[in-house]
Amino acid sequence: MHFNAFDRYHEKESFLHRLDPRVKVLVTVIYIISNALLPDGAWLAFISAWMFLITANLLSQLGIGYTFKRSIIALPFALIAVTVLFSIPGKPVSTFQFLMWDLTITDAGFLRFVSILIRSWLSVQMAILLVAVTRFPDLIHALEHLRVPVILTTIIAFLYRYLFVLTDEVLRLIRARESRSAAVAGNRSGGGVRWRAKVAGNMAGQLFLRSYERSDRIYNAMLSRGYSGHLYTLNPHEMKSSDYFVTAFVIAVIFIVQLIGRL
Amino acid sequence: MHFSPVPLHIPDGFLSIPISIICWAITIITLGIAISRTNKALGEKQVPLMGVMAAFIFAAQMINFPVAGGTSGHLLGGALAAIVLGPWAGMLVMTAVVAVQGLLFQDGGLLVMGANILNMGLVTAAIGYGLYRAVSNQSKAVKLSVAGVAAWLSVMAGALFTALQLWLSGTSQLGIVIPAMLGVHVLIGLGEAFITVAALSFILQTRPDLLGEDSESAKGSRAWVAVGGIIALVVVWLSPLASADPDGLNRVAMDIGFFNTAQTGEGLLAGYTVPFFADAAASKIMAGVIGVIVVGAIIMLIGRGMKAKS
Amino acid sequence: MPVTHVINSFEMPECDGDVLSVKDLHFSYPDGHAALHGVSLKLCRGDKVALVGPNGAGKSTLMLHLNGILGGRGEIEIAGKRLTRDNLPVIRAMVGLVFQSPDDQLFSPTVFEDVAFGPLHMGLPEIEVRVRVDAALEAVRMSSYKNRLSHHLSAGEKKRIAIATVLSMKPSLLVLDEPSAGLDPRARRTLINLLRELPITMLVSTHDMVLVKELFPRTIVMDEGRVVADGLTHEILDDEELLTAHGLEKP
Repeated sequence: MHFNAFDRYHEKESFLHRLDPRVKVLVTVIYIISNALLPDGAWLAFISAWMFLITANLLSQLGIGYTFKRSIIALPFALIAVTVLFSIPGKPVSTFQFLMWDLTITDAGFLRFVSILIRSWLSVQMAILLVAVTRFPDLIHALEHLRVPVILTTIIAFLYRYLFVLTDEVLRLIRARESRSAAVAGNRSGGGVRWRAKVAGNMAGQLFLRSYERSDRIYNAMLSRGYSGHLYTLNPHEMKSSDYFVTAFVIAVIFIVQLIGRL
Repeated sequence: MHFSPVPLHIPDGFLSIPISIICWAITIITLGIAISRTNKALGEKQVPLMGVMAAFIFAAQMINFPVAGGTSGHLLGGALAAIVLGPWAGMLVMTAVVAVQGLLFQDGGLLVMGANILNMGLVTAAIGYGLYRAVSNQSKAVKLSVAGVAAWLSVMAGALFTALQLWLSGTSQLGIVIPAMLGVHVLIGLGEAFITVAALSFILQTRPDLLGEDSESAKGSRAWVAVGGIIALVVVWLSPLASADPDGLNRVAMDIGFFNTAQTGEGLLAGYTVPFFADAAASKIMAGVIGVIVVGAIIMLIGRGMKAKS
Repeated sequence: MPVTHVINSFEMPECDGDVLSVKDLHFSYPDGHAALHGVSLKLCRGDKVALVGPNGAGKSTLMLHLNGILGGRGEIEIAGKRLTRDNLPVIRAMVGLVFQSPDDQLFSPTVFEDVAFGPLHMGLPEIEVRVRVDAALEAVRMSSYKNRLSHHLSAGEKKRIAIATVLSMKPSLLVLDEPSAGLDPRARRTLINLLRELPITMLVSTHDMVLVKELFPRTIVMDEGRVVADGLTHEILDDEELLTAHGLEKP
């Protein structure tokens, strides 16, 4: 596998790419909060929020359907919310049998279910767009500016840096296991579950030790460049006037979406 | 290629705002304590260690092993991280893992990230470490078996917390979500337990010093035993109860006034006068105040924009 | 393009160790394994010295001593300053240590952050930090890589950035551990040219005897925690008995 599998950033010269990462993080969070605040069945507001999302897609130059194509990832979780279809009292819409139960979908239940899905679907798309137009290190800087403790942002920065190195190591371990997982014709192969779990556990242990030793070497590399327990960072971001205007504009738009949702 | 180890990553939209905020509050307070404790207790060496360990947990979650019928076992890692690094550092490490999964891979939402960190990072670390700490001076066999139980319970606890949050948000029915989540995680937890035990026994063989008397693993406060024990009791006691008599839990929740009814659709705060949720005069006033704040914020931002330009 | 380099007959300079002086250094690891048994050596301004010897000879251990990451018994002076616990930060700015694995050396998400790490931790003002980052990247011919992500770089690129991360601290001594390991021929050639051009005193541990022959007028041989030979490279490379005794091969 190659590192690209983990990269979500798409290099483009767009308005959204140039925005300050803080603004992008804030706008994304405000948008997601706004979706969560919209009442069930606020169709007009949902559509407005969707329009906002499509506009953002267009401004990113990634194409109008960029986030749409990648938005199915949250769908499996929808299963969790299925029960609201039947559990909320309301006018019966449709009744059917499932195994031993008689299930009745109510109109209120349906409304709630669809609303949950729409909120989730819109929110996840905005989050997808955020990482597509913002390099992850810039995102970490934004978190620093937004007062996330530096120890956490540092751990996240390390995680991001070594995620590529260590997943490569895992894949090498998995390949080594696979290449030796042979079967003799006619014999059941693979051992018992316990044995397989033990192999996986040994791989985890092996990976742990390698990581532990690596952290020692990294610590030495940091020491030799003057690290003494304090972390200093230099963030090359400065809010431009356009960044403030965009934030103001988005807050206004979100406010209007909220109003539409309550009328 | 990225495996989401357990269906515990809640996406945005599935938790109500109040529940999201409450979970964020608990998470932020706990992390605040964790940060001040790690700053005090651990050397400067811990920073790169925690960073690489976060990457380790992330990568270790990709290690799978076939169980049966096409399903496979995975590691969540909260218990393992806490046992090896100590509870506070384990929590910070897991927080970074959950944060990157949510931010970079949309594996779990942003507004609900507080809940996801709580379920997968804090609860798992607390219970995993707490139970292990009770026997950290015992023989290897005892340590490993308790670590296995702790790892299994940590996944169950995470699942239970997730289920409760979904129910309190009005997203799911209690009588279904608890048995469903716990049922699925009984098996997933076994995978967690197997891998955790095998990994720990590997470490005990090759680098016993990392889990020895002077390690972070053995230095955690004894109070963790109580914390872990309480969470374990809650899981063990509440799970069958909630599955057998969901209405009972509903009633208790109503009696203590935690929320008025689980099934009105709005979940928590449904009947309270909160702006946008009711027509009461008070909420209209609140709406007005919020409007003023919003307009004020917009004007301020435009003002700053002008200033930055000039 | 391969560059042939003729080693002229080279007189060992009169050297009082004005850049580096190590006297009778002993060190044992906590597990009891003794790694250094009285190592002494001197480096002068402009020296480019190879440090060779079999695995486990103590080369890396010695290097970790040079800016105080390990602290053994003995005396180390950098540019006349005695290395003590108190002046560690100063010494660390003077000795640029480049580790073998660039993945350990480059621990920040972006190239810029990594090259800026040293100057920032020296407490330099932001403008100075930026100037130094630009200069260091220019010195390794990687100016256009400033905003790249570290994990996107090839092995050779990572190596050059790793060197830039210490050049930005303007060290008076550059110490490299196995710089050519794991590089393909072209990346290795680029690195050799770069090391030749860098106007800085350097001590380079390596198994790459071709590199030694091409680049370093002087060679130090270590084995079992001791310096067993220190002299002109071409003389050492001609001494087959010495080479065989310490597991080395003539290129």
